[in-house]
Amino acid sequence: MAKFSYQHESILLLLLLILSATIGWFNPAFFGPGNLLSILKSCAIPGILALGTLLVLLSGNIDISFPAIAAASMYVTCKLALSAPWLDQMTLLVLLSATIGCLLGLANGVLVHCFNLPALIVTLGTGSLIRGGLLAFVGTRIVANLPSSMIAFSKATLFPIQDAGGQSTGLAISVVIYFVLALVTHLLLMRTMLGRGIYALGGAPESARRIGFPILGIQFFIYSFVGLLAGIAGILHASTVRNANPFDLAGLELTVIAAVVLGGTSITGGRGSVLGVMLGVALLVVLGNSLILLGLPSHWHQVASGLALILGTGLTAWRSRKGQSERGV
Amino acid sequence: MQENQSKRVNIAQGLKGWLGTDTNLLRLMVMTCTIFIVMCLATRGRFLSLPNFQAIGLLFPELAILSLAMMLAMFTGGIDLSVVAIANLSGLVAALIMTRLLPADTATVWVGWTLAGGVVAALVTGVICGAINGMLIARFHISAILATLGTMQLFTGLALVITGGQAITGFPDPFLFAGNGEWWGVPIPFLLFAILAGVLWVIVSRTPFGLQTQLTGSNSLAALFSGIRVPWILFRVYLTTGILASLTGLLMIARTNSAKADYGSSYLLQAILVAVLGGVSPTGGIGSVGGVVTAVIALQMLASGFNMLHFSNFSRDFFWGLFLLLIMVINHYANRRGGGRNG
Repeated sequence: MAKFSYQHESILLLLLLILSATIGWFNPAFFGPGNLLSILKSCAIPGILALGTLLVLLSGNIDISFPAIAAASMYVTCKLALSAPWLDQMTLLVLLSATIGCLLGLANGVLVHCFNLPALIVTLGTGSLIRGGLLAFVGTRIVANLPSSMIAFSKATLFPIQDAGGQSTGLAISVVIYFVLALVTHLLLMRTMLGRGIYALGGAPESARRIGFPILGIQFFIYSFVGLLAGIAGILHASTVRNANPFDLAGLELTVIAAVVLGGTSITGGRGSVLGVMLGVALLVVLGNSLILLGLPSHWHQVASGLALILGTGLTAWRSRKGQSERGV
Repeated sequence: MQENQSKRVNIAQGLKGWLGTDTNLLRLMVMTCTIFIVMCLATRGRFLSLPNFQAIGLLFPELAILSLAMMLAMFTGGIDLSVVAIANLSGLVAALIMTRLLPADTATVWVGWTLAGGVVAALVTGVICGAINGMLIARFHISAILATLGTMQLFTGLALVITGGQAITGFPDPFLFAGNGEWWGVPIPFLLFAILAGVLWVIVSRTPFGLQTQLTGSNSLAALFSGIRVPWILFRVYLTTGILASLTGLLMIARTNSAKADYGSSYLLQAILVAVLGGVSPTGGIGSVGGVVTAVIALQMLASGFNMLHFSNFSRDFFWGLFLLLIMVINHYANRRGGGRNG
């Protein structure tokens, strides 16, 4: 059980390389350090959200409220920071946003576990509730004058380099946070009893319960973790685009789920890896980026990502059926 | 406290025996009446006016048809996330035919033919989209949520590519009448919807197909072993949702006199919400046309009432979410009480 085969991940990596090579062939600007860094930066926010979605899907459930949670924690945090200047420190802001997200996520967990409701419906309800509440009672106005620490954060880069145009680019710190969170999630899933419990819950809930996994704790953890990551992603998003727009991030849930599933995660639970998810996110982002570089109108983006999702899931479904018939099930 | 609880159980069971088996529908109707009364009181009677009911009758059929389509998909234990995308794509196809192919000399006969052509083309689009969904789900065994997530993006993307994101406006008057007109004070969309709901009710509760659909949803393996051709049923269900979605698309463009690739995207979550509120089980097998229609009327009354009270659209989303969660929690407690310990 401890041994995982990375077959799907290898296929994804191969696809990513072929796609990159093709785009690079048509437009060498693709391999410019500036473009590669900007692709990484575009991966960070959907990537962080995808890590949370991975955990929920692994446990055999689904969460579609996380964009609403991300928008709410981001917007509330920015509003609070503007009225309380002592909060104006990026670490504090991230912590605050993560805490708000975590609490909202916990509410999902309570509803799913204590009332035994299907997660899709619960998160549909809480998503509508949170977004509606945010826009109706907190505000609809875009906050353009963000706390100064967030502006400074968005400008800060590691390993700055000069690109051809003489502009300075570098590794955005949000990318570093993304990689750290991915590593933490990976270790959590592979090296802790909690992670084993999440896989077990998705594989066979009843067996997991009888073995003695604390289902309550695991469920609460999963949804809080999704909320926590959403809070972090929200504040990083606001910092990246340099304003706090409560309408932002809506509709991202379907893209993120698409990326996670493309990464080989089974929607019925129990199968998937952090590496696969990161590759799935990268594939979708590169696909979008490539269409721009190839000069196609941005409208084709949705067609391409829809096709990618259908092909990706079709491949997974076909392979799992082949595996089943080989085992004689 | 123990005593109190057991007394409550007795009362609940007594009520249940008295009122028949469909307690979910009953609960929903009680809630709908409550909403109605509260809205009448809160708006000091303004809610109780003919124009208000006409507005409700004009507005709710679109969401109602989408919710019924969602119900059919949920019967089989699946879901159709692509309904709004199909509606928009079919609406656009119809809109293109009705605006681009309309001859300069607008003789009535030609307008009639272009209209018919537009409607047929929209329905054909719905059939093709539904067939693609059905193929992916029934033949290639992709889970419904993922297949329709993919086709949703695909169809929306195609609609964007066709129009470049622009809205298409200006349809012939006879077509607009179907979306805005009224007959003896009854809005035409409501009449069309009433006919459609009747047909669907017959299909769901009076035909083998309806029964087989629900059996497939409650236990697909058992259904397969009892001789139901499960893939064929699945294919036909998604074909039907495609057709229903294209009808919604026609109604939408007829009411608003414009077609746009990303119109009504909030309908998707609302349609799922309405279906669940109406007692359809997302895990399959359970639900009724009556429940879904009651739920959509309840929500539309809630929306219209809030509109009269000058609540923002956003607080409507808030209350819909709250409403959904409340119903689910109440159902949970009611089912546990009814079903005893193993519930």
